Amino acid sequence: MPLWTLFGLSRGNASTRWPASGDDGQAGVLGMPRFHPDKCREGCSDCVEACVPRALFIQRDGEARLGMDYGRCVACQLCVEACPAGALEASEDWAFGVRRREDLVWADESVRHEASRLNHRIRQVFGRSLHVRHVDAGSCNGCESELQALGNPFYNLHRLGIFFTPSPRFADLLLVTGPVTYAMHGPLLAAYQAMPEPRFVMAMGTCAVSGGTNGGGYACGNGLDEVLPVDVYLPGCPPNPAAMIHALLLLLERRQQKAQGGRLDRSET
Amino acid sequence: MTVPVIEDLTPGQLPGRCRTLLEEGGRMQFAYAWFPEGDGPAELRYVMSPASGQEFRQWRCRPADDAVPSLAVAAPLMSWYEREMTELCGIAFADSPQPEPLVLLSGAQASKPPLVPGADASLAYRAQPYSLPELSEPSRADLQTLPFGPVRAGVAESAQFIFYYAGEAILHYYPQLFFKHRGMEKRFEGRDAALGTVLAERVSGVGSVAHALAYCQAVEAAAGAVVPPRARALRVLLAELERLYNHFHYLGHLSHTTTLKVGEAQGLYLEELAKQINGRVSGSRFLRSVLKPGGLRRDLDLGGVLDQLNRVVDEFTPYADMLLNSGPHLDRLITNGILTRQAAEDQGATGPIQRASGWDGDLRRDQPYAGYAQWPPYEIPVRQAGDASARQEVRIAEIEQSIALVKHVLAEVPDGPLAVECAPADGSEGLGWAESPRGALFYAVHVGAGGRLARVKIKSPSFSNWRVFPFTVHDTNMMDYAINEASFGLTIAGCDR
Repeated sequence: MPLWTLFGLSRGNASTRWPASGDDGQAGVLGMPRFHPDKCREGCSDCVEACVPRALFIQRDGEARLGMDYGRCVACQLCVEACPAGALEASEDWAFGVRRREDLVWADESVRHEASRLNHRIRQVFGRSLHVRHVDAGSCNGCESELQALGNPFYNLHRLGIFFTPSPRFADLLLVTGPVTYAMHGPLLAAYQAMPEPRFVMAMGTCAVSGGTNGGGYACGNGLDEVLPVDVYLPGCPPNPAAMIHALLLLLERRQQKAQGGRLDRSET
Repeated sequence: MTVPVIEDLTPGQLPGRCRTLLEEGGRMQFAYAWFPEGDGPAELRYVMSPASGQEFRQWRCRPADDAVPSLAVAAPLMSWYEREMTELCGIAFADSPQPEPLVLLSGAQASKPPLVPGADASLAYRAQPYSLPELSEPSRADLQTLPFGPVRAGVAESAQFIFYYAGEAILHYYPQLFFKHRGMEKRFEGRDAALGTVLAERVSGVGSVAHALAYCQAVEAAAGAVVPPRARALRVLLAELERLYNHFHYLGHLSHTTTLKVGEAQGLYLEELAKQINGRVSGSRFLRSVLKPGGLRRDLDLGGVLDQLNRVVDEFTPYADMLLNSGPHLDRLITNGILTRQAAEDQGATGPIQRASGWDGDLRRDQPYAGYAQWPPYEIPVRQAGDASARQEVRIAEIEQSIALVKHVLAEVPDGPLAVECAPADGSEGLGWAESPRGALFYAVHVGAGGRLARVKIKSPSFSNWRVFPFTVHDTNMMDYAINEASFGLTIAGCDR
């Protein structure tokens, strides 16, 4: 008869203390490509042709120039390989959780706006804790795999006061993955309607943010914006567990938003 | 991988040839329909293995005005493929034992089946209330019904499981899948073959390598491209690293259902260590964005992998020993969810499920691809019992095999180029396959004008194993259900597509 308790104790504590300190666990993991439009060559559209989810596009207003929407990016790195001029650079940037969808789109000028101001409403209601109801609205199971990883001993999400709850009736946050298939549209709305107010909604993964590579077509919508009011968007395919923790803490106003106008503030916060 | 031998049959010849194939020890693998001339008539393809170790063959069949004879009586696993062809491609089958819809939920409507050229851009859908079939006995008053899902407890994929039960006893079980049907096959059409890999990696996230590999190999078969040795070796590494993190997750999840808390934590911790290795090796915790038709997009970072892997082995070895000797855990697994070899063969079980029911078979050995001809698995674990315990034993043994294989390949990775040119000609086609962590995965690729994809058919292992699973649930009890389901290790995204 194996002594599981003794086995567990002998293994010690495997949890990271991140984000307070320590390892975020994402060494070597590639994130969203960095965009350097100043290096972009006029008349070249190699990256646009390589971009399956149409995150890169030619803007037609005025003179033609390249646009970038991180809300559509699946971090496949094909644009980095396609670009002959180094305008797209591989990076480990992942902290793309934002409160406004527009902050994922590259803006010509970096403008500080009110989204960065916190209203502290969520702190008044929930304190520092959060109960989450997840709904899979047609994901590839990549987002679920990383959401399940949040409960493993390394990330140990409970240490941050965040819990997954079986019933939407106990939930503060509806966390949605997938582009919203025709068949999950109804059950998703039913879950939302069963939640007590105030309630919050997070679109997790590029599919839920915009449809990504899997949205549209005969069986899918193009993300959560068409269905529910969204409080936090987190693109990524899938977002890594550190990005998920950052986005959850962003909702709780325990962490700052790092992306604005498609630009990422890379200083530590 | 060569273009398989294709034989033209009339619809009337199909049932006879199918029976002969089965009598001679062959196996039906999958079937699909497509429209070679765009607006023209449909063409059916049946893919089968004449016998273990022999090359895959295909039957090509043009349906006439009459319905095509169903093969589901001779080979029950064909039922799901036929129903899918009816709904998505509008092919009628005669004498089908299960004619009801499968993939599209009742209430979904379109003027034409969605894979027929010129079909509606989107389905119209109005949910239908679920109606119970009539049962002769026991009386309805004694029977409870539990429609569980599609939104279920915890972080779970969406599906609805319907139980008809009396007290603890499950009389009948029906999994309503395909809530996650995204029309992934249609999404490939018209794309450049090189970009299809991005989609293949996003059909089933935890099978990203297997899907990308089977897809790339199908395109390579169409183009006649031969992948260089270094890429073949690295493809084996990627595929085995994917098997490792999936099987670790499996053990953690199985321990969760038997309420073995420490066992769950250790399984999920091992999965995390494996995913972190993936991140360092490939830049992606799911090993994405590395494969392309013709080879690899970029080299892997193999420095330090061996040390990290040895740390995983140190964590895994005592854990596996504990799982295989833990009475309370094994008590819940032994005799739970028995799948007989006969049912496994008839209904088309694949992968660890097939091998836990005494049926030997593994594409890595039987139909070697990537570098598996040079680095075959040392042993294919097979168990006879067909219960949840046998399924756990197979997976634990496969982890040991995978670790040994990764170490072997790491020591012998040849130098050289990572890729060759791979441009499939117009009108070419190819079949690709991989033994994913969950079993046999196939991609059939047809290339149309301008090198653009005309049709991509995906046969995922979970599509096969979900067909099998209910046969282990009928006439069992509710307490065992979650454990049995976990012991199958199914994904829904791959099945639903």
